[in-house]
Amino acid sequence: MKKMIKKILLSLIVLVLAGGVGLFVYKSEYKLNKNFGAEKAFFQNNQFRLGLDLSGGSHLIYKADVSAVAPGEIEDSMNALRDVIERRVNLFGVSEPVVQVQKAGFIGGEDEKLIVDLPGITDVDQATKMIGQTPLLEFKIEAPEGTPQNATVGEDGKVNVDLSNQFVSTDLTGRYLKKAILEFSSQTQEPTVNLQFDETGTKLFAEITKNNVGKMVAIYLDGSPISTPVVRQEILDGQAVISGSFTPVEAKQLVGRLNSGALPVPITLLSKQTIGASLGGSAVKAGVKAGAIGFILIALFLVLWYRLPGLIAVISLSVFVIIVLALFKLIPVTLTAAGIAGFIISMGIAVDANVLIFERVKEELRGGRTINDAVAQGFTRAWSSIRDSNTSTLITAVILFWFGTSLIKGFALTLGIGVLVSMLSAITITKVFLNTLSFMSESKVARFLFSSGFSNGKIKN
Amino acid sequence: MFIIKNKKIFFIISTVLVVASIISISFFGLKAGIDFKGGALTEVVYDQTRPDQGELQKSLENLGFGSVLLQPTGELGYIVKSRDLTDEEHNLLLETLSNNNVNALQEFNFNSIGPSVGQELTRKAIVAIILVSIAIILFIAYAFRKVSKPVSSWRYGFIAIVTLLHDVLIPVGIFAALSHYFGAEVDTLFVVAILTILGLSVSDTIVVFDRIRENLSKEVKVDSSNFSSIVGNSLTQSFARSINTSLTLIVVLIALVFFGPVSIKYFALMLTAGMFFGTYSSIFLSSTLLVWIEEMQSKKTI
Repeated sequence: MKKMIKKILLSLIVLVLAGGVGLFVYKSEYKLNKNFGAEKAFFQNNQFRLGLDLSGGSHLIYKADVSAVAPGEIEDSMNALRDVIERRVNLFGVSEPVVQVQKAGFIGGEDEKLIVDLPGITDVDQATKMIGQTPLLEFKIEAPEGTPQNATVGEDGKVNVDLSNQFVSTDLTGRYLKKAILEFSSQTQEPTVNLQFDETGTKLFAEITKNNVGKMVAIYLDGSPISTPVVRQEILDGQAVISGSFTPVEAKQLVGRLNSGALPVPITLLSKQTIGASLGGSAVKAGVKAGAIGFILIALFLVLWYRLPGLIAVISLSVFVIIVLALFKLIPVTLTAAGIAGFIISMGIAVDANVLIFERVKEELRGGRTINDAVAQGFTRAWSSIRDSNTSTLITAVILFWFGTSLIKGFALTLGIGVLVSMLSAITITKVFLNTLSFMSESKVARFLFSSGFSNGKIKN
Repeated sequence: MFIIKNKKIFFIISTVLVVASIISISFFGLKAGIDFKGGALTEVVYDQTRPDQGELQKSLENLGFGSVLLQPTGELGYIVKSRDLTDEEHNLLLETLSNNNVNALQEFNFNSIGPSVGQELTRKAIVAIILVSIAIILFIAYAFRKVSKPVSSWRYGFIAIVTLLHDVLIPVGIFAALSHYFGAEVDTLFVVAILTILGLSVSDTIVVFDRIRENLSKEVKVDSSNFSSIVGNSLTQSFARSINTSLTLIVVLIALVFFGPVSIKYFALMLTAGMFFGTYSSIFLSSTLLVWIEEMQSKKTI
């Protein structure tokens, strides 16, 4: 009797736990829960993440030109590049952008690449423009003496002197800028932009200032001069101050642009994929529909063919779906259209495990065991089949994950998680429920309920 | 057992299907999509009126993007295929398509993939297929390492490879026909489908081999006299569960084909075909091959 109570209790616990998890899934999804706005932050922050092909958005692949970078420094440059781009993208207000470095090599290919995913963004062109822009900071020194100035006379009689050939470029550019800070001069309370160069920059700057004492060094931003201070002495600490005629707002903007803008390496756009939001939305609906229909069809088949154990399998499958959905929210897994397909396939695989167990149980029943024993043996014997047949699927999922683009990784991940959880749910959850029923009497009705298909539960002699 | 006794018939059926598929692939060819070739694909849907195709084609060609393919889709849409486009070119294209906003449109989809990315994807795809195949073969050899009599475990692996090829070639052959008649293109999802078929169909074959292994281990003496009957019995015993496990997957995949997102329709179709032929090969091909190999082997030793 005690054993019976224990088993029933276990089933109830599983059901309650599953219900709890199901409630979590329901409450944390905006589209399901009408009171979403009123929920605690924990629920609100755990919505399903949608991949680009479901939310709409862009997938951009940039090639980084590291030809000017020493091999040992490539990784640092790429990471710096990623940080800069990430900052820019964040400034743009995109929710959950993804910026990743893809290293050159066997898997990545020849070039160092940067991959940018911008979900839900409507104006892609603006985004790409903003990402690709390189505020170019240059330091120029005076042209050698005797270079004639260009002067033009405008219509209104004004004389415009073109200074652009008065300055010659040096090697010192924004590449070597470590950071820019906004400061207010202690004497004049005017805003100044303080530049700090990195090691190489410091050396270059020292050289420039040493050779040009008494002359002007022009600081050019995006091709036009923003400041032309006169060098007073050699500057060895790599710090430069740009001052004069900035408003605080201008100074702040400049600091922002310099900091977010000093792209360590130039980038070119290799490929761009944009998916309209409406296409994404319809894909989500279709995916959910297919999943629901698939579930119903499987449930029908299970109950009609396997009867009572089939009903248990349907409950077990529901628990499986709830657990997997909760995992997708918590890990989190970014769902793509293929990812939904992977999840639906894993539903089929989850049922497979149950089928294997039931067929085994049937055999043991036919062999003359009691229901109790048949169930126990069925589980034990079926496990090796389940384990082996799911391993090959897992191998495929792992390799796909390794090799795929972000859209494919979604498929590999949902498939892999689904397979793993299915192994768990078949062995533990189905077992708990079946065990609960195994104390049933050995009546003909019971045996009928436990057998399947067209058989009538009679023991073969 | 029926299946084993008539193994020749099933060999013939399989061979015919595989040969037909190979012919289909060589004859129809597989169209590489822009994922692998590089290029640009723009899909737009007009709000109210869709401009005439002939005229639009001319104005597109005048843009200087090289050859441009214009395909109508649905009632109000066009798909434009061209070489990969820069942002400015893309904007120019959109302007031309919308007649400078006279015919308002929405852009559903835009993919521009540079050739180097395409090449890289091709390389990755090939490597992934090779890796998965090797991994699966090793796995089978390992899983069946203890079943060395009368057929060595490597033979099991070999049979699994043959059935794998069969399971992959036939759906690809079908796809080639679809490619020819409906313009379906090979993209990354196609490769994913192939890899998934590899994984799923093997798991199916293992269900059958598993039962054979179990029955073989029960027998005291296994030789050519009872090998085929043991295999036959195993097949009978595992028939129901093999069909049912595959049925559940196929049912779910068919739901995907008919109700799932448009972007993965061909993907789901490929998987369905792969699953179907995978089941066929697991039941009618893998065990029959096993018996046949054993017969060949025993003839040699005699």
